Amino acid sequence: MSDMVENIRPTRTPAFEARLKKRYASERRFKALGLGAILFSIAVLVFLLVTMALNGFGGFQRTELRVPVDFAAAPVSVPADAADERAVVQSLERQGLRDIITFSATEAFGEEGAAQLNSESWRIVAQEIAEDPSLARGQQEFWLPTSEDLASAYAGDGSAELQPLAQQLTEQGHLEDNLDLGFLERADATDPQLVGIWGALKGSILTMIVTLLLAFPIGVLAALYLEEYAPKNRWTDLIEVSINNLAAVPSIIFGLLGLAVFLWIFPSYRSAPLIGGMTLALMTMPVIVIAGRNAIKAVPPSIRDGALAIGASPVQVVFHHVLPLALPGILTGTIIGMARALGETAPLLLIGMRAFVASPPQGFTDNATVLPMQIFLWSDEIDRGFVERTSAAIIVLLVFLLLMNGLAIYLRNRFEKKW
Amino acid sequence: MVMSEATDSPLASQAQKSLEHENIETGEPKMRARDVDVYYGQKKAIDGVNIDVFTEFVTAFIGPSGCGKSTFLRALNRMNDTIPSARVTGTIELDGEDIYASGMDVVQLRARVGMVFQKPNPFPKSIYENIAYGPKIHGLAENKADLDVMVEKSLRRAGLWEEVKDRLDDSGTALSGGQQQRLCIARAIAVDPEVILMDEPCSALDPIATAKIEELIDELRGRYGIVIVTHSMQQAARVSQRTAFFHLGHLVEYGHTSDIFTNPAEKRTQDYITGRYG
Amino acid sequence: MVEHTVKAFDEDITRLRGLIAEMGGLAEVAIQQSLQALVQGDEELASEVVKRDAKLDALETEVDAMAVRILALRAPMADDLREIVAALKIGGVVERIGDYAKNIAKRVGRIEGRSKFEPLTLLPAMGEVAAEMVHDVLTAYAARDPVMAREVIERDDKVDAFYDSIFRNLVSHMVENPATISSAAQLLFIARNLERIGDHATNVAEMVHYSATGAYPDDIER
Repeated sequence: MSDMVENIRPTRTPAFEARLKKRYASERRFKALGLGAILFSIAVLVFLLVTMALNGFGGFQRTELRVPVDFAAAPVSVPADAADERAVVQSLERQGLRDIITFSATEAFGEEGAAQLNSESWRIVAQEIAEDPSLARGQQEFWLPTSEDLASAYAGDGSAELQPLAQQLTEQGHLEDNLDLGFLERADATDPQLVGIWGALKGSILTMIVTLLLAFPIGVLAALYLEEYAPKNRWTDLIEVSINNLAAVPSIIFGLLGLAVFLWIFPSYRSAPLIGGMTLALMTMPVIVIAGRNAIKAVPPSIRDGALAIGASPVQVVFHHVLPLALPGILTGTIIGMARALGETAPLLLIGMRAFVASPPQGFTDNATVLPMQIFLWSDEIDRGFVERTSAAIIVLLVFLLLMNGLAIYLRNRFEKKW
Repeated sequence: MVMSEATDSPLASQAQKSLEHENIETGEPKMRARDVDVYYGQKKAIDGVNIDVFTEFVTAFIGPSGCGKSTFLRALNRMNDTIPSARVTGTIELDGEDIYASGMDVVQLRARVGMVFQKPNPFPKSIYENIAYGPKIHGLAENKADLDVMVEKSLRRAGLWEEVKDRLDDSGTALSGGQQQRLCIARAIAVDPEVILMDEPCSALDPIATAKIEELIDELRGRYGIVIVTHSMQQAARVSQRTAFFHLGHLVEYGHTSDIFTNPAEKRTQDYITGRYG
Repeated sequence: MVEHTVKAFDEDITRLRGLIAEMGGLAEVAIQQSLQALVQGDEELASEVVKRDAKLDALETEVDAMAVRILALRAPMADDLREIVAALKIGGVVERIGDYAKNIAKRVGRIEGRSKFEPLTLLPAMGEVAAEMVHDVLTAYAARDPVMAREVIERDDKVDAFYDSIFRNLVSHMVENPATISSAAQLLFIARNLERIGDHATNVAEMVHYSATGAYPDDIER
């Protein structure tokens, strides 16, 4: 070390101090940038959520008329030995429930008002009676959906002719927007007043189950094989490159694949959750494999060595030690993959899950649609009533996504072990 | 050299005892290596090693970095099998059986020849589970009560029981470094091995933890054949009765520890242990 | 000899050996000068020899301290260890050689009528052999030469032979001239000291051999 004339260490000169200040300044700038980026993202997210919430809130409401029905004057009987709800409804229909309701409405609002009662209202009354036969006695009051036109008029859109009627009925207390939780129980319909999201929701759930049951085991086992057992040669490299590329393939290609292969094998199951799930599983699997491989690679070799040295067989090392430690990472990959699959529309378009499905699917092989598809279909509709329903459906999709991710994160945290 | 009997000091009797340890009667060697070569691909890491390991002694492997002592140690329980490019020729016998023969069950071999590593590597499970894992996978316990007994016995032998008996469900990784290493030793003991291989077990530990492990090794001597690879010549001198000096893949000298450290036969050995190496 | 990787270790050992060499030189001089004083009856020289013995004692203390320090700080092994242990013991032995020389010097004043004593002329010859043994064994030490050390051991027989003949000579002198008994007794003691110096030089030779080879010269009785 040379002590020059000034005898000053290089870290004590003013030049050094100036450079140090610059370094601190650039640190602060960088932090600010990062913070700015996060705040911006949060702002966008909040904006999206608020917009959705504001728009969608109306989707959980329904314009309804209060119809008083006097069953004493027009009695109906509920057959005691009815096989199911449909039989009761049919019986009530035969007993003229439709006319009873129309009559009651006319009594309450006059002919014009009664004409604006939704044509399916009697069915709703019938279903309620089927559930609770005590409703078929005495004075009852039913909040029943209006027709689409009156609903539009109530909202301030639609034809100007119905506006005064709407106003009048509102002042009389007969017309209101009520909370419509039935939205979550009903299936798709042509009338926005009668539409529900349950069909699509159940379709999504069934499809996700199929996707998970196929993609997760195959993906995890593939990742295990590639990391633990595959010999390090050209073939393995080829497989690795292929899987990495698969993860980047546009999702519509998988739809083509599903169309060509799955529907060729199961032609009668077009638009079934089984086919949809299989197609989405193809799409999700590469993501799980990649995340799984990284998670497995991250398990320290000391754990493997420790297990081997005790006399564990390679399979035991993998399943008792490597897999549990890699599980959090694998679950993360699964979350990402499943979230993507939940929101996919393009591949399902091609395999035909875009049909109008009026009732919720009963099993994996029934016709079904999924949430994003439903949103797409509704957003295509001309009727104004569907706008709010679309936003409501988006909210349902987001909540479903949140729940799914929440479950996965909970599982991941439970399995997280410190090494 | 005449040992003075005039002193009754504990040091004198201890010195006498340690000399006696080197000279006790032995049976057949537990493990026997003859003409062992180990290759990593084309590179020869171990060249023509002949050595005997006895249950009665602690055998130390010393030598400069990269001399192959760890490689040879790992060959003794076939841990080199995990490295694809590794190849072992020659014979290594355990109780007369060639451990590289095609009929030899590697899993069983590793239960008989256990290993403790340089960095303590307890499983990320509870202390109880760490010890119980080995007996479980080898089916050594009939029921939970048996397993409890085994766990306690191993922990007692490793000198860890008193410190952890009230917290067997705590994570193994929550212990201090020295305790973790003793846990790993207890884990190796739990499957009732015949030989324990230790690869620089104390290099990550402080002097007090090191002393405890050395004391433990002394207690285990005779019950299990112990082979310890160490960078510290002082440790090799303290702990072992037989010492082997490795250099560039060759076994240069193997003999009584006190001879190696007071009057080695080979100049290379002498240069290394006196710090003239390099 | 290849140097230690840690240079300070080599420096320590070199200093230790230097101390031993210095002690050896002093002891040699003491032997020669004490005999010279005896033959010439020079009491001044004799008292100088006695005084200078203190220096030898001090050096021995220094050798002890240095050796213990090296043992503690360097943890020497193999030949280094033997070297340090040998240095410790040699230091003690050379100090005793110095003490014997001092003892000889002390007796110089108690001898009367030296010209009459025939055995007086034998003593310098014996002393020379002993002094040579000391000189050579320290040369062997410096050279770490076990062969030379062995050769020194064999010379002890000569010293013993000298002693036997001087003993007989003095005894017969005492028998013939009882008046000279007290002076003769002094000479006996001096001869005894020289014989002991020879034995001690042998001890040093054995340590040199041990340090160099790790074994004691086995065909010599200890």
